[in-house]
Amino acid sequence: MSDTHAQTVPFVRDTMLPPAEPPIKEAGAMRWLRENLFSGPVNTILTILGILIVWFLVSHFWDWFAHSVWNAASLSECRQIIAETWGEGARGACWAVIRERWNQYVYGFYPPALYWRPTMAFGLLFVALAPVLFSEAPGIRRIVLGLTTVLTLWLMVALGAPAAWLVFAAIVLVGALAISERHVSWLLVFSVLYPLMGVWFLWGGSAWGPIMVLVGPVLGWIAWRVMHPLSGMVAVIAALVIPVLWWVGYAGEAARDAESIVSFAIPAVASDRFGGFLLSITIGISGIALSLPLGIVLALARRSDMFLVKSLAVIFIEFIRGVPLIALLFVASLLLNYFLPPGTNFDIILRVIIMVTLFAAAYMAEVIRGGLAALPKGQYEAADALGLDYWKAQRLIVLPQALKISIPGIVSTFIGMFKDTTLVTFVGLYDPLKSMSDAVRASTSWKGIYWEPYIFVGFIFFLICFAMSRYSMYLERRLARDHR
Amino acid sequence: MTDMSAPGNPPFRPSMLIYDRRYRSMTFQVIVFILVMALAWWLVNNTIRNLAALGKDFNFGFLWQRAGYDIPQTPIPYTSDDTHFRAAMVGLLNTLIVSILGCIAATFVGIIAGVARLSNNWLIARLMTVYVEAFRNVPLLLWILIVFAIFTEVMPPPNAFRGDDPAASMILFDHVALTNRYTAIPTLAMTNDPGSLDLGARITISWATIAFVVVLIGGWIVRRMIGAWAQRVQDQTGSRPTTWWMSLAVMTVPSLLLIWFFGLHFEAPELRGFNFAGGLNVQNGLVALWLALTLYTGAFIAEIVRAGILAVSRGQSEAAFALGLRPGRTMNLVILPQALRVIIPPLISQYLNLTKNSSLAIAVGYMDIKGTLGGTTLNQTGRELEAILLMMGVYLVLSLIISAGMNIFNSRVKLKER
Repeated sequence: MSDTHAQTVPFVRDTMLPPAEPPIKEAGAMRWLRENLFSGPVNTILTILGILIVWFLVSHFWDWFAHSVWNAASLSECRQIIAETWGEGARGACWAVIRERWNQYVYGFYPPALYWRPTMAFGLLFVALAPVLFSEAPGIRRIVLGLTTVLTLWLMVALGAPAAWLVFAAIVLVGALAISERHVSWLLVFSVLYPLMGVWFLWGGSAWGPIMVLVGPVLGWIAWRVMHPLSGMVAVIAALVIPVLWWVGYAGEAARDAESIVSFAIPAVASDRFGGFLLSITIGISGIALSLPLGIVLALARRSDMFLVKSLAVIFIEFIRGVPLIALLFVASLLLNYFLPPGTNFDIILRVIIMVTLFAAAYMAEVIRGGLAALPKGQYEAADALGLDYWKAQRLIVLPQALKISIPGIVSTFIGMFKDTTLVTFVGLYDPLKSMSDAVRASTSWKGIYWEPYIFVGFIFFLICFAMSRYSMYLERRLARDHR
Repeated sequence: MTDMSAPGNPPFRPSMLIYDRRYRSMTFQVIVFILVMALAWWLVNNTIRNLAALGKDFNFGFLWQRAGYDIPQTPIPYTSDDTHFRAAMVGLLNTLIVSILGCIAATFVGIIAGVARLSNNWLIARLMTVYVEAFRNVPLLLWILIVFAIFTEVMPPPNAFRGDDPAASMILFDHVALTNRYTAIPTLAMTNDPGSLDLGARITISWATIAFVVVLIGGWIVRRMIGAWAQRVQDQTGSRPTTWWMSLAVMTVPSLLLIWFFGLHFEAPELRGFNFAGGLNVQNGLVALWLALTLYTGAFIAEIVRAGILAVSRGQSEAAFALGLRPGRTMNLVILPQALRVIIPPLISQYLNLTKNSSLAIAVGYMDIKGTLGGTTLNQTGRELEAILLMMGVYLVLSLIISAGMNIFNSRVKLKER
């Protein structure tokens, strides 16, 4: 059968047909459109609805954005330019206000001659953050540090920084770049010193203040070394108590004495000159840096076996989480004077930072508690089986994993806190969003300008917060160890 | 070997307070207790000294003094001759109004946006992503100010609605007017008013409201009884009687009868003179705050809903289909119960956040408890300590009530493990 068949076949194809194009509905853009936008009646209706929404937004706002004016001295001038260029009755955005008030939005009422100081502090911040944030990614670290170096030095020159400080910044920045190539962890020394340095650059005054603060831990270390041969416990207590005694009792006086002997001061800037994004970023960064350790301590306390410690932590956390941040800020501005010894009066920004830190720490504690609870029990038991004591077990086994689990929550707490820094407007500080925009509108030339300042400030906040959330996703991916 | 001493209890030595794990935690707790007490004593002592130095005392008597200021929007009758306490109550009710309205609306927005973000439709999913990211990454205060500015700057004044050819027109079939001072919305009116129940302190509740509440609760109880009866029949005979029309009738017919009986209808606002009358003129502060809170919290709820739906693995719905369940029942019986378990706890904290964020009302001049007790009352009486402590206490109680209520709900939906 097969033989006869083989002989009777009139034609056998010996070459492949050229591949045919797929039907037009099944290929390229058409297929994508059909699958993603018009796969059924409901989907088609949704697509049309979506197009209508987009069309509504574009048709309402396009001409406003298209008719942007970047160069004008007042709102009326802006409107005149718009009317001249695009005809009477045309609408347009007047971004000139941002251009004219840029310095005010960024630095608040900081003395213009000293603008280079916050700029330098901001640049050095990246050096301090480099070993923490980018320690395992040399490529990104090189780009970040390189860009920081170039931008900071360029801005400092543009802002007229004194030559000595320019050299200082150049040495630190270039030195950091060089050191980070060999030993990233050496930069941690700079990260530890940075908070004091940053405070000094921003507020100015005598350098002896921060130096005397630094003396505290040094004294504690000396005490520990001296006492250690006698008794370990006494040494630890001495190392903790002596710095506190030094700060409370002697640091201020010592700083004043040292200043009167050898003056080493830069011009001081009072807190009421702070404003704009300088204020937001100062409060935000301090709050972030302080609330994470406090949150970890609170979370551990809440999971502690000790009844008293646990109940104190629960009361603190639930109290803070139960009241709005505004109420706490009012406590900072109105009530703190009642709670402190008569005659004490300390800086309003510091008070706000303390309240924001406490607020964020309570939320942070709950996030980290979630991470601690999510850790399998076997990890705790393994730590016990290895004979580690409580702190070693937490430091080496529990916390690294628990913190990794809670990264998304931690970062969203950071983002929430950074957004909440705008609320300081209600205690009389010049946040960029409300107070600064009100201040801009208070001048006759910019009376009645609403949308441009809001959109500008919102855009900057969006950039920072969005960058933070993307960084947390990157960190999660980088730290992922399982489920490969 | 025989030398080995028996592990008896060694005699107590003071150093064991530090080195023995049995005593160490006790030592530590005693130290903490002493420190906390010292701190509390220090704070109280400072406060007493400061108050004495200022010549002030600590009492809440100011609450019963005449308030002397007006509140634009009052859910209960209030005049400037009333006490600070009543002003605080008005503020508290205003806080509750905006919080409850905000929670309801934010849940709707959040569910729609969360589901739409998972849609197969590329355009809708992208639009929702833009919405969620834009609202989550920008301070709430900015949205409140922008929405408020839209109302005050863009909307026409009430007199623009006047004349035969007005410059502005009402929306929603001539029922709602957006003006730059208020939003005029229809009120419910009755042709056959049964009068009101006087609760004292000039607070009244319409008998119609009481009748509706009674009828709704009664309907709900009857519905439960019908469900129980259907279950019994199913257990005995194996087939479940059709009950949906009974439940529907029990829930709706009495209410419809009441509406007919009282002659309930919407009364649309009309322009009389320069202002709208007849309807309810809602202050723009409330509308702006409500809209901004809704959209902002809605973005967070959308993410929670999305995470909850993604948390139910695909195998669950496939298994339900394999068992022959219809899509509607799959959703109700299989997917939702599991997704809710993931969704409810973070949803509770979003409701709490919304309630606390409603204190941003001071940015738009809406008189909530922050505006009355923590604002005007505080400034008039100069009693910062009492007013702020009282206000924090109120917020704390509100938060505890919300979390307690939602925790009860949560314990009902959560996984029942053996």
